[in-house]
Amino acid sequence: MTTKTLLFLLGMTSLFILLLVLGVFWAIRSGQFDDLEGPAQRILMDEDDPMLPGNQQKNSADRKPES
Amino acid sequence: MCCRGCQAVAAAIVENGLEAYYSNRTEMPHSGQEVLPQDIRKLALYDHPEIQRSFVIDAGEHAREAVLILEGITCAACVWLNERHLRQLGGVLEVDVNYASHRARVKWDQRQIQLSDILREIQLLGYNAHPYSARQADELRRKRKKTDLQRLAIAGIAAAQVMMLAVALYAGGWYGIEPATQRLLRWFSLILTIPVATYAAVPFYRSAISGLRSGHLNMDVPVALAILSAFGGSVWVTVLGGTQVYFDTIAMFTLFLLATRMLETGAQEKSIESAENLLKLQPAMAMRVRGEQQDYVPVLELVTGDIILAKPGETIAADGEIMEGQSGVNESLLTGESRPVAKTVGSKVIAGSVNQDGPLLVRVTGTGEQTVLAGIVRLVDKAQAEKPRIAQLADRVAAWFTLVILVFAVLVYAGWWYVDNGRAFEVVLSVLVVTCPCALSLAVPAAIAASGSHLIRHGILVMRGNALESLSHVTHVVFDKTGTLSVGEPAIVDIRPAAGASEEDCLRLAASLERNSEHPLAHAFLTRAGRMPLLEVTQPVNHPGQGIQANIDGVLYRLGSAEFAGVDRLPAGGQTGEAGMSAVWLSRDGQSLAEFVLSDPLRPDAAQAIEALVERGIGVSILSGDSIEAVGHAAGRLGIAEWRARQTPESKLAALREWQAAGRVVAMVGDGINDAPVLAGAQVSFAMGTGTDVASQTSDIVLLSSRLADVAVALDTGRSTHTVMRQNLAWAIVYNLIALPFAAMGFVSPWVAALGMSISSLIVVLNALRLR
Repeated sequence: MTTKTLLFLLGMTSLFILLLVLGVFWAIRSGQFDDLEGPAQRILMDEDDPMLPGNQQKNSADRKPES
Repeated sequence: MCCRGCQAVAAAIVENGLEAYYSNRTEMPHSGQEVLPQDIRKLALYDHPEIQRSFVIDAGEHAREAVLILEGITCAACVWLNERHLRQLGGVLEVDVNYASHRARVKWDQRQIQLSDILREIQLLGYNAHPYSARQADELRRKRKKTDLQRLAIAGIAAAQVMMLAVALYAGGWYGIEPATQRLLRWFSLILTIPVATYAAVPFYRSAISGLRSGHLNMDVPVALAILSAFGGSVWVTVLGGTQVYFDTIAMFTLFLLATRMLETGAQEKSIESAENLLKLQPAMAMRVRGEQQDYVPVLELVTGDIILAKPGETIAADGEIMEGQSGVNESLLTGESRPVAKTVGSKVIAGSVNQDGPLLVRVTGTGEQTVLAGIVRLVDKAQAEKPRIAQLADRVAAWFTLVILVFAVLVYAGWWYVDNGRAFEVVLSVLVVTCPCALSLAVPAAIAASGSHLIRHGILVMRGNALESLSHVTHVVFDKTGTLSVGEPAIVDIRPAAGASEEDCLRLAASLERNSEHPLAHAFLTRAGRMPLLEVTQPVNHPGQGIQANIDGVLYRLGSAEFAGVDRLPAGGQTGEAGMSAVWLSRDGQSLAEFVLSDPLRPDAAQAIEALVERGIGVSILSGDSIEAVGHAAGRLGIAEWRARQTPESKLAALREWQAAGRVVAMVGDGINDAPVLAGAQVSFAMGTGTDVASQTSDIVLLSSRLADVAVALDTGRSTHTVMRQNLAWAIVYNLIALPFAAMGFVSPWVAALGMSISSLIVVLNALRLR
C-alpha cells in the first residue's frame, strides 16, 4: 500500500523533473540567460509612458500641438 | 547645445517622443555627433550584399538579421532609447540590446528598410553602431557558456530532488525503514544522480585527465576521484546492499563546484567581451587602390600587399606601412595618448587608429586576426587563464593532500580489514568523503569570484588573478602624471592678450577659427569658448602640423605656432616651451593678438584619492616624463613629497627597482605605452580605462571609470580578499586535520561525513560571499 503510494509519487516526481529539465534547457537555448542585467533595468522603463509615440497618438486629441 | 550635433540628437529624441530618456538616464552619455553627408554615403555601402555577407544572416524570405556593437552606451536609459527608437521604425522586426555586452541584435525586413537606415538612425541618436561579425572564439565561448548552464541546471535539479530523498533515507536510518522502501528510494536517487555523474561533472573529469597526462595532480583530480568513488561506492551499495549511499553528496558537491566556477568565468568573460568590442571598432570597409581604380571593398577581402587609401578622419582598416603622404594619426586606441602621432612615408600604422590630417596610401601588412589589436585581445584571453599564486599553492597542497589521503585510505582499509572486515568499506568511504578537499579547493576560487564581482560593480576590472593577492601587500603607490593624475587632454590654462586686445575677443576669434579643425587642441578652444557666439569664417585653410588660417570680416587671421602666425614670441611669455604645456599664437595680418597656453589639468578626484591612500598608510609618489616645473606643480598641489620628473621609461623602471630593493611593494598606476615597462615591473599595475585604451588591457587591473579613488577601493578589497582566502584555507586545513583521525577510527558514520564535508564547503563559500 505505502509502496504503491510511493511509486505513484515518485512517478509524478519524475514527470515534473522531466518538464523542469526541458523548461530550463529551452530557456537556456533560447538565450534567456545571455543578458542578466538588461531585463532588470528594462522593467523600470514605463511602457505606458505618455511620451511614447504610440501613446502619444492616442492622446493627441486632447493635446495641443507643440511649437 | 554645444554644437549642431547635440541639437540634432535632442531634436531626434524629442521629435520621437523619447523625452523619458532624460528622466531615466543615470549617467551622462558621450556627446552626440553630426552625421555628415559622406558618412551617409559610406553607411550606404553597408547595404552592399558583398559587404553584408560577413555579418548579416538571412532570417527568412525578406528578413535579415545582424548583430551591431553600440558604442557610447553608458546606462540602461541608452539601451532603452536605442531599443525604443529602432523598434518604431517601419520594417524593423525585432531589436534586442544586450546591456552587458553592448550588442544589439536587429532583425529587419529588407523590402521596407535598409541596414544603412538603421545605422544612420542610431548615429542620429548619438551612438555609433558597427556591424559585428562573430569571431570563432566568441562563438565557441557562447556555446560553452550554454553547456555550462545546462550542466549547472542538471546538477541543481538533481541535487534538490536527491536531497529530499536523502532526508527520507537519513530519517529511515535513524528511526528504521522497510528494506523495500529503502531500496526503492536508493534506486530512484541512483537514476537521478546518473546525469550528474555522467554529464554535469564531465568538466572535472576532463581537467583531471589532462592534469594527470601532463604529469601533476591538479585540483580536479581529487574532485573527480571523490565524485567517481562516491558514485561507484553508492551504486555498489544500491545494487548489492549496504548501510549508506552518497548520492546527495555527489549532486551537492557537483552543484557547488559548478556554481563557483561559473561565477569565476562570468567575471572574466565580461572583460574579454569589452576587449573584443574594441577589436570590432575596425571598419568593415576600406578603399582599395588598384592602379587608377579606387573602390570600397570589405576589409575581409584585403590581403597583405594591397594598397588602401585612408582619408583624413577615417579609421585605418588594417595594419600597414605608409607608401605616400604624411599625417598625424591618433593611436589613442592603443596608447591612450590623445595627441596624434606624426607619420610619414615608411612609418607603420595600426588598424583601428584614426587618420587625422592628410590622405595616406598604406600598403597592408596585416588584416583581421593578424593585426596588433587582435594580438592584444588574444593576450587578454591568455591572461584570463592564469591562476593566482595562492590558488596554485592550494592546488599543490590539494595534490599532496590527495596523495596522502589515498595512501592513508589504503592503510585504513588494511587496518580495518584486520580488525573488522565488515566495516572496512564504510570507514574508508567516510575517510574519503570527510576529507574530500572540496573546501580546500573552493577556498580560493570562491573568494576570487566574490571579490571579482564586487570590484567589477565599481568599474574595476581584474585582469590577472595574481593581482588580487599582491594587492594586499602593497605599501607604495606610484602614479604617472600625464593621463593618470591629469586628464590627458589639453585645456586652456592661460590667455595672454597683446596690449589693446581683450581676452574674450581673442578667445572668440580663436574658437571661430578652430571650429573647422579636427586637431585635438581645437577641442580645448571650443570647450573654453562654451556658449559664446562664434564668428562667421570664410576660406579656412588647414596647414597640418602648423595651424589654421581663415578670413573673418575680410581680415586674415592665423592661429598656430609662432612661426606660422608670423609673430615674435611675446616677451612676457614665461615657461611655455615645456613638455605638457604648449602655446598657440593668434595673429591678425601678421600682427600678434594673443598667446594661449594649453596644459593638461589634474583630475578632479586626484587630491581626494591621494588623501585616501595616505590615510591607509600607503606611500605615494609620482614618476613622470614631464618637465620638472609641471610635475613639481602637480606634486605640490596634491601634497606628494616624493616625485621624479623627466623620466624615460628606462629610468622609471630603475626608480621602481630602487624602491623595490628598499623593500617596498609597489603598485603602479599608469595609462600609456610609455608606462608599459614600469607597469610590467611593478608588483601590481593599474591602468586607466579612459576611452579606448587597449594597452591598458595588458596590465593587472583596469580602472574602467578612470576614477583614481578606485585605487583605494581595489586595495581595500585586495586586503579583505586575502584575509578571507587565508581564513578559508585555515578552516579547510583545520577541518580536515580534525576530521581525518576521527573518520579513520570509525567514529564518523558516512552520512555525518557527507554532512561535515558539505557544511565545511558551505562555510567557505559563505565566508567568501562576505566580500561581495
